[in-house]
Amino acid sequence: MELETLFGDYPLDQAFDEMRERNGEVRPQYRALAETLARLPKEELQRRKQSADLSFLTQGITFTVYGRDEGTERIFPYDLLPRLVTAEEWDRIERGLTQRITALNHFLHDVYFDAKILNDRVVPRELVYSCKHYRRQMRGLQVPRNVYIAVVGSDLLRLNTGEFVVLEDNLRVPSGVSYMLTNRRVMKRTFPKLFHSYGVRPIEHYPQLLLATLRSLAPEGRPEPNIVLLTPGVFNSAYFEHTYLARQMGIDLVEGRDLVTHDNIVYMRTTDGLKRVDVIYRRVDDDFSDPLIFLSDSSLGCAGLFNAYHAGNVTVTNAFGTGLADDKAVYAYVPRIIRYYLDEEPILANVETYLLTDEKERRHVLANLDKLVVKAVGESGGYGMLIGPHSTARQREEFARQIEANPRNYIAQPTLDFSRAPCLIGNHLEPRHVDLRPYVLFGDKVNIVPGGLTRVALEKGSLVVNSSQGGGSKDTWVLEQ
Amino acid sequence: MLSRVADNLYWMSRYLERAENTVRQLDVTMSLMLDTSDTSAEKRWQRMVASLGNPVGMEWNGDLDAMASKLIFDSLSPASVTFCVNGARENAGQVREEISSEQWQRLNRLFHQMHAPLAQVQVRTSINDLLASVVDGIHLFQGVSDTTMIHGQGWQFIRLGRYLERAYATATLLEVYQPDLFQVHEREDSGYQYLELVGLLRCCTSFEAYCQVYTADLSPGRILEFLLLNRGFPHAIRYAVDAIRRAVESIQRSGGRRTPDELTAVIGRLNAMLGYTTMGEILAGDTASFLHTIREQCMRIHELIYRYYVQYSIQSALAV
Repeated sequence: MELETLFGDYPLDQAFDEMRERNGEVRPQYRALAETLARLPKEELQRRKQSADLSFLTQGITFTVYGRDEGTERIFPYDLLPRLVTAEEWDRIERGLTQRITALNHFLHDVYFDAKILNDRVVPRELVYSCKHYRRQMRGLQVPRNVYIAVVGSDLLRLNTGEFVVLEDNLRVPSGVSYMLTNRRVMKRTFPKLFHSYGVRPIEHYPQLLLATLRSLAPEGRPEPNIVLLTPGVFNSAYFEHTYLARQMGIDLVEGRDLVTHDNIVYMRTTDGLKRVDVIYRRVDDDFSDPLIFLSDSSLGCAGLFNAYHAGNVTVTNAFGTGLADDKAVYAYVPRIIRYYLDEEPILANVETYLLTDEKERRHVLANLDKLVVKAVGESGGYGMLIGPHSTARQREEFARQIEANPRNYIAQPTLDFSRAPCLIGNHLEPRHVDLRPYVLFGDKVNIVPGGLTRVALEKGSLVVNSSQGGGSKDTWVLEQ
Repeated sequence: MLSRVADNLYWMSRYLERAENTVRQLDVTMSLMLDTSDTSAEKRWQRMVASLGNPVGMEWNGDLDAMASKLIFDSLSPASVTFCVNGARENAGQVREEISSEQWQRLNRLFHQMHAPLAQVQVRTSINDLLASVVDGIHLFQGVSDTTMIHGQGWQFIRLGRYLERAYATATLLEVYQPDLFQVHEREDSGYQYLELVGLLRCCTSFEAYCQVYTADLSPGRILEFLLLNRGFPHAIRYAVDAIRRAVESIQRSGGRRTPDELTAVIGRLNAMLGYTTMGEILAGDTASFLHTIREQCMRIHELIYRYYVQYSIQSALAV
């Protein structure tokens, strides 16, 4: 197939295209990929796609579609073509995220201890204390190695200038890393020679790094810590990921009902009796973790867990109350947070954000709802969101009412024309919007495996990449050079 | 290992063993109905239902296809094959990190097979193929379990589930069948008695194994002896009880805890009862009550396993 036919009707406009320059030229790093694709007969391309899909299905890498009959399991749509990140681009992302996560960790520690940043009026006191993820229980509580956020997945976008910016920081229970790992495994089988010829940096050691991170946070005096992964259970949509990570790390996957506390020590019920638990990698939200402290009607957590944590007998990570720092209104202050603690300029910029608690900004936003994106501050997964240009007048009215009623609960951002990458749609390549979620680990030091999950908005023209809303994913190749 | 995980593996295995037993009994019962013996279809069905533990809603209504379909597919009835396969998959799904991908894929395939529209059609057109393929699926699962899993505690709990279910089901089967076995047939030389006896052996997939030991000379006493006391045949109760003993011993060795005396005692006693009894003694005594005792002891073993490995009280565990 000729390159021309492969591209077919491939629109290029002001948005940054990952593969092609504005004049249609294929970017240097994508040339080998384009040539390989052009050489393959289209039947062969389809065959590889089917074999990749089948491989996801038989490995059981599926998520459950809710509200249907039993056994409705779908694979997370996978696009055959890799997204390439050059060594130079990656270097900047890596330094930027390291800087950002370090500063955010300082911020959490400060807010829960001396609150210097609030006293110095860099971040408004009211903003922090009105955040629904702020946990009073964490005040003055010493967390192991002062690490609050051991596992992070930040969402990056690339603007039409080609620059990467941070859209949000997921500091609670970020998910998707199992897709990053399985995408790579399938990719190596689908395009083995191409993969080899590109010199792609490996990511497969992520589970090992995660395990080392968790081990480094074990309570003092526990040289052989018993590390477990706490899952909400089989009905959680990320259950596959929980089983996958537990198996890859060789640790037990526990549910709240497997745990008991006694004298502020957490145990799990095993066939050999009670076994002490030292580190809990928690995939359960704060609210559901301990019915004695948080939501009292939750049965997903373990009664007494927080007190055991408070006593320093068990490490729970990420720490409680970290959602404070990924609140979308606090997000607007992250550049100032970085300057305050590190005395450095942010390497990765933020997206311009309007705070609706500010009278002037609120008036501007309300007058321009059709051009802006409005998000609820504490939500994730693409919920609680208004995309101005794609909204109806009724939806805008509804949001305007909600903003007036509770301005602290919303922020607004310009509708971003973020970058697009080629996807195989039918027999042709078509550009679709993509983001990038690298996974950051923070134990003894900050560690980022080179790559991440590239999420794709598979619907034509869509800006929403979340898997719950029709998104798919791609393998992400960070090149050696 | 986690108690909950042990529990899931144990029940995954018990459910599959139960599904296989139900399929085999249905298969044998339906094939015996083909012959015009003096035993009515209704009586055969009722006897089969009794040997499955008299589940509710399975009473004979005269329509064999409908009854068979119900016993296979009625997912609301705990006796049905589908219910058991669903239960096994549900248990396996909760311990995905413990079982191998091969095990999960096999079980998944069996599950989808039971839920495919084709299966419902097969009941009327080719029920033998359907039943045979379910048994195949279960055997494949057991095969990959043995070859793809570490033979550690988890695998031992799978064995425990399988053999406890088997010992219990076989004892129930013999208890239900044994009054008929010794009944003197009017047309004894007509071959119907032979078919009955073969049927009983086939319920335990043991016809060929029996012939290797006793030749095709079928007698009720020898069949009972074979299914009760043979030490080398996996479907015999004695073999199953010995397998239970070995599994519990192995679980105890791999863990740090001493096996509770009570559990050791119950298993040891049952094992000895089967090992040091002759068939003559059993037949001279009350056979039904002998079989009944086996069932009771199996239930007791199940309770003790739960009490010591799965649902022990926190207080007693802290005291250790």
